[in-house]
Amino acid sequence: MKPPPGTEFPPTWHIDGDALTLRGDWLAQAGGTAAFPDDALAGVTRSLSLDMAGVGRWDSGLVAFLWDAKRSAAAAGIGFDTAGLPGSVRKLLGLLPDRTEPSPAAASRGFHPLTRFGGWIIGMLAETGILAVLLVAVSSGGVRAAAGRARMRGVDLLADVRDAGPGALIIVSVVNFLVGAILAFVGAVQLRKFAADMYVADLVAIALVREMAAVMTAIVMAGRTGGAYAARIATMQGNEEIDALTVVGIPVADYIVLPAILSLVFTMPLLYLYGCMVGMLGGFVVSIAMLSVTGAGYLHETLGAVPLNQFAFGFVKSIAFAMLIGVSSCRIGLKAGRSSADVGSAATSAVVTGIVGVIAVDAIFAVIAQVLNL
Amino acid sequence: MTALLSVREVTLAFGPNTIQHDLSFDVRRGSIFAIMGGSGCGKSTMLKAMIGLLRPATGSILVDTEDYWAAPEARRTAIGRRFGVLFQSGALWSALTVGENVALPLRMFTGLNDTDIRRLVRLKLGLVGMENAVDRLPAELSGGMRKRAGLARALALDPDVLFLDEPSAGLDPITSSRLDDLILNLRDGLGATIVMVSHELPSLFAIADDGVFLDAETKTAIAQGSPSHLRDHGGDPRVTAFMRRERPAPRTPAQQDRP
Repeated sequence: MKPPPGTEFPPTWHIDGDALTLRGDWLAQAGGTAAFPDDALAGVTRSLSLDMAGVGRWDSGLVAFLWDAKRSAAAAGIGFDTAGLPGSVRKLLGLLPDRTEPSPAAASRGFHPLTRFGGWIIGMLAETGILAVLLVAVSSGGVRAAAGRARMRGVDLLADVRDAGPGALIIVSVVNFLVGAILAFVGAVQLRKFAADMYVADLVAIALVREMAAVMTAIVMAGRTGGAYAARIATMQGNEEIDALTVVGIPVADYIVLPAILSLVFTMPLLYLYGCMVGMLGGFVVSIAMLSVTGAGYLHETLGAVPLNQFAFGFVKSIAFAMLIGVSSCRIGLKAGRSSADVGSAATSAVVTGIVGVIAVDAIFAVIAQVLNL
Repeated sequence: MTALLSVREVTLAFGPNTIQHDLSFDVRRGSIFAIMGGSGCGKSTMLKAMIGLLRPATGSILVDTEDYWAAPEARRTAIGRRFGVLFQSGALWSALTVGENVALPLRMFTGLNDTDIRRLVRLKLGLVGMENAVDRLPAELSGGMRKRAGLARALALDPDVLFLDEPSAGLDPITSSRLDDLILNLRDGLGATIVMVSHELPSLFAIADDGVFLDAETKTAIAQGSPSHLRDHGGDPRVTAFMRRERPAPRTPAQQDRP
């Protein structure tokens, strides 16, 4: 007889001779379950019979307990007689195996420095190879595209260019304007001591054109566009869209990677030039407001400060940054696993790689410029 | 037997597009109820309305005589805890292992300690034959295993009602029939009520004992009853044709067009 709902009978059990008797409510969520001790079957000789006539309400808490008992019985070579159980419990127990292999323990992760180091080196070499193959494929795709036999769609390229260029104008403006303004602030405080107010214009112009505009724009683009590319490609990977492209015979390098890289290569130098202008505007505003500099004087000083080849240098740099961000974010997206967590880590790693890579490449450019006396 | 779920005059719509209108049916306690119909007729949308993902445009869905959609959010969540849902492709949380997937509802909604949770997780996975996959990630599983793991997660809180969205779609006949047996055994063992959306005839005949047939053209239910009853005495030619896997009889105007 089932007790009326609401009354609580704690689950109890005992083994008397060969009989396991259960009583009470066995509701898992109310804590109504018990562990079956390993040594409980010590006194049982041949076969364990079950009696659950005294059990009130039950759910998987009871089944979990009986499964434990069933497994212990099987392990001890004792019979398990389910005849005394209601049909529904018997059915559920029938679904459960007698024995479970202990789930394979995670491979022991001892400290093997040589193995780790070797694995890392092999991984690096493999990655270099894959990257080289991808670059070759993209370049040959680029050559084909230049010859008018592209296997990418113009629409895709346009969409990517619109997203990487006009779509990024506002954030590039804000960042570069503020950088220009900050440079002017910092310079003004120092230069005023020497009554060299006018040279703030030189400082702002040279810093922006040589370094800041290109680097800041590239960092913004690494976060904005690089992350988006990696997430998009990783999601396509998860949806088997990349597999579908491969099977149809559309090269991934042409169809996805090439437009991504080209759009950045087209837009980044222009954004760099735009960033220079906006940054100088920021410096101009601060200088007019803080210093005894006339607008015309500031403009004249700026025009004299940077020769045109400085712009060319920054231009080349921003093309290099664009290729770096495009290639690394696409590669990271292609390498990603197929789960939603992988999409997140791909986006993160694309942004981090992009930013660190931009600064590292900028350092290399600085050394080259030093050697070449640019 | 009493009705556990009652759908009353429900109309489902996405904005101005009506998907199905004026649906009324009862799901009896302890039955396996099938929502049938061709592709794109709104079966899965009906399921979404029943599990609380899509508010019906009009009408009500009663759970134990309580109007689900009229209830406040908190009450709906409480009712929803009595539901277990197996989504079409498993919908396992990909960042968690199979064991953690089953454990998460238990951890969130019960005060059980870790040992008990681990035992229950192992039990639920044992019921679907996956007790050895506790520590594996969803990405490492085959489609059939993902479905079974999803079923184990749906069973986590010992639900009164189990909703299955296309349980056998994409599975081979043997795996699919094994899943059918499993569902039958779980229903008999746990005493749960099962609502399934399916257009897989073999599994419909094998397990469903009641159902409703939705039509895509008239956008409403055109037949009710168990799948085998509909096949043998369906009445409506569209339903019997579907159940017997025939194409509907060609229409008369088409025949007249012939020279």
